[in-house]
Amino acid sequence: MLIGISLISFFIMHLAPGDVTSNESSFNPKASEESRQKLRELYNLDKPVMVQYGLWLKRIVKLDFGRSFSSHQRPVLWEEKDKNGNITKGLIQESLPITLLINLLGIFIIFSISIVLGTASAIKQNTWVDRSITLFVFVGFAIPGFWLALLLMYWTGVANQWLPISGLHSQGYLSLDLFSQTLDLLKHLVLPVFVSSLSGLAGISLYVRNGMLDVLHQDFITTARSKGLSEKKVIFVHALKNAILPLITIVGLSIPGLIGGSVIAESIFAIPGMGKLFYDSVLMRDFPVIMGILTIGSVLTLFGNLLADLGYAWADPRVRKGIIK
Amino acid sequence: MRKIIRNPLALSGLIIIFLILVLALFAPIIAPYDPNFIDIESILIAPSLSHLMGTDGLGRDVFSRMLFGARISLLVGFVAVGIATAIGVILGSVAGYYRGWLDSLIMRLVDIMLSIPSFFLILAVIAFLTPSIWNIMIVIGLTSWMGVTRLVRAEFFSLRQREYVMAAQTMGASDLKIITKHLLPNSLTPIIVSSVLGIASAVLVESGLSFLGLGVQAPTASWGNILTDGKEYIQFAWWLSLFPGMAILLTVLGYNLLGEGLRDAMDPKNNN
Repeated sequence: MLIGISLISFFIMHLAPGDVTSNESSFNPKASEESRQKLRELYNLDKPVMVQYGLWLKRIVKLDFGRSFSSHQRPVLWEEKDKNGNITKGLIQESLPITLLINLLGIFIIFSISIVLGTASAIKQNTWVDRSITLFVFVGFAIPGFWLALLLMYWTGVANQWLPISGLHSQGYLSLDLFSQTLDLLKHLVLPVFVSSLSGLAGISLYVRNGMLDVLHQDFITTARSKGLSEKKVIFVHALKNAILPLITIVGLSIPGLIGGSVIAESIFAIPGMGKLFYDSVLMRDFPVIMGILTIGSVLTLFGNLLADLGYAWADPRVRKGIIK
Repeated sequence: MRKIIRNPLALSGLIIIFLILVLALFAPIIAPYDPNFIDIESILIAPSLSHLMGTDGLGRDVFSRMLFGARISLLVGFVAVGIATAIGVILGSVAGYYRGWLDSLIMRLVDIMLSIPSFFLILAVIAFLTPSIWNIMIVIGLTSWMGVTRLVRAEFFSLRQREYVMAAQTMGASDLKIITKHLLPNSLTPIIVSSVLGIASAVLVESGLSFLGLGVQAPTASWGNILTDGKEYIQFAWWLSLFPGMAILLTVLGYNLLGEGLRDAMDPKNNN
C-alpha cells in the first residue's frame, strides 16, 4: 500500500516534460550546459528513473525527504542542524500543525452541528424544519468554497472589519500575553475553518438524517416505544447511538477531501499551512516538497482510516468480538 | 421516467440543468457581444439593459462571458465523468466478474488512489502538464473513477449469483456478452446516479482550478477565471464576483438534486 503511494507520488513528477534544471536555467540565461549537468548530478537527475526511485525510497524510509529546490534549500520534512548549531526548520514540520489544527477544529464543528441538524431533520421529517435543513444541506454542498471565502472576506473583513481576513496572527502578536494570543489566533481561524468545513457539514447532516430515519423504522425502536419509554429516551439513547456509529468510518474517508480542500482555503486566506505550501511548490515546480506532501498526506489518510477502524471496534462490541466484519 | 418527474428534487434539478444546457448550447446566438471583445470605453459598467451582468476590467461583456463559460464547465463535467465512468465500468466489471487475483489487484489500486488526497494529485499533475481544458478533463477523469469501480463490482457480485446469469453461462454465452448484455444493463441505475453526482463535483473542481489560475487559461472564459478577475474589483464591482459564483452554485445544485432525486426515485424501498 505504502509502496503503491510512493510509486504514484514519484512517477507523477516524472510525467513532466522538462526538468528542474531547464527551469532554473531559464531564469539564468548564462547557465552553461556544463553547470546544468552539475545540477543534474547534484539531484541525481542524470540517473535512470528506476534508480532515482530506489534512491528516493531509501531516503524516505529514513524519513529523509530531501531539501526543497526553492526556498533556500530548506529541508522538506524535519529540522536540521548545521555545523554551527543553527537549526533550520523543515517546511512540512512548520506547516502541517497549522493544517491539522484547522482540520481538527473543522471535524469537531462538523460533528457537533451536523448531528444536531441531522437528528432534528429526521425527527421532524417532512415539516418545515426538515425542509429548510435539507435546503441548507443542498446549498452548502453546492456552494464553491472559494466563492464563499471571497464573499465572507469582503463582508466581514473589508466592509465591516469584524474579522481579520488573512494570515494567522495580527501585527505585534508576540508582545501579547498568552490569552490574547489565543484569542487572536482563534479570530484568524474563524473564516478558514468555517469555509473548509461547510461542505462536510452539509454532507454529514444528510448522512445523519438518513441514518436516523433508517434506525427509527427498525423493530427495536418500536419495542422501546411500546414498552413506554419517553420519546426523548427513545431518540437520544436508543436511536442516536446506532445512527451515528457509521460516522466513525466517514471521518476516516473524509480526511483526504479535507486535506485537499485546505489548498483553496489556505491560499485565499494566506495561511502558511500545508495546502498553501503545496500550491506554492506546484507553482515553483519544487519536486521534493510536492512528493513529500503527497506522501505525508496519504500516510495521514491511512493513519486516519486505521484510527477509524480502531474507533469502530472500540464503539461496537460486535466488531470487537468478530461477530460482524 | 414518470417517477423522476413526480419526485420534486429530481424535477427541480432537471429544470435547472435543462435551462443551463440550453443557454450553453445556444451561447453564440444568445450572447449579445463577443465574449473576448475588449472595449476600453466601457470598463466596469454596472449591470444595465445593454450589459445584463455589467462589464469587467477590460470592458468585456460579463453576460456573454458567462454563457461561454457555461460551455466550458459543462464540457469539462461531461468529458471528465465520461472518462471516469468508462474506466470505472471496465475495471469494476473485470473485478466483479472474474474475481480472484485480478479483483485483489484492482481493489488495491482503488485503495491506493483513494488514500492520496485527490485535489493534491490533480494539482500536481496539472502543474506539470500545460494547463488546458483537455488536460483538466483527463486528469479529473483519471482521479475520480474509484467510486464507480467499487459500485459496479459490488453490483456484479450480487448479480452474478442470479439464475439468468447462470442460464446464459450454460448456453455458452461469452464473458463479454454476459457482462454487456446481462450484468451491465441491470446495474445501470447506480452508475447513472453516481455519474450525475460526479458531474457536480467535476464542475466544482474545474472552477476551483481555474480560480487558482491552474485551470482554463485566459482569454477563454470559464466561471472560475471570471471570478479570479473579479476578485481584484470586489470592492467596487460586485457583479464580477456574484454572477459566476451563483452560476457554479446553481449548476452543482442542479446535478446534486437530480442525482439524489434519481436515487430516491429508483430505490425500491421508497415505492411503498
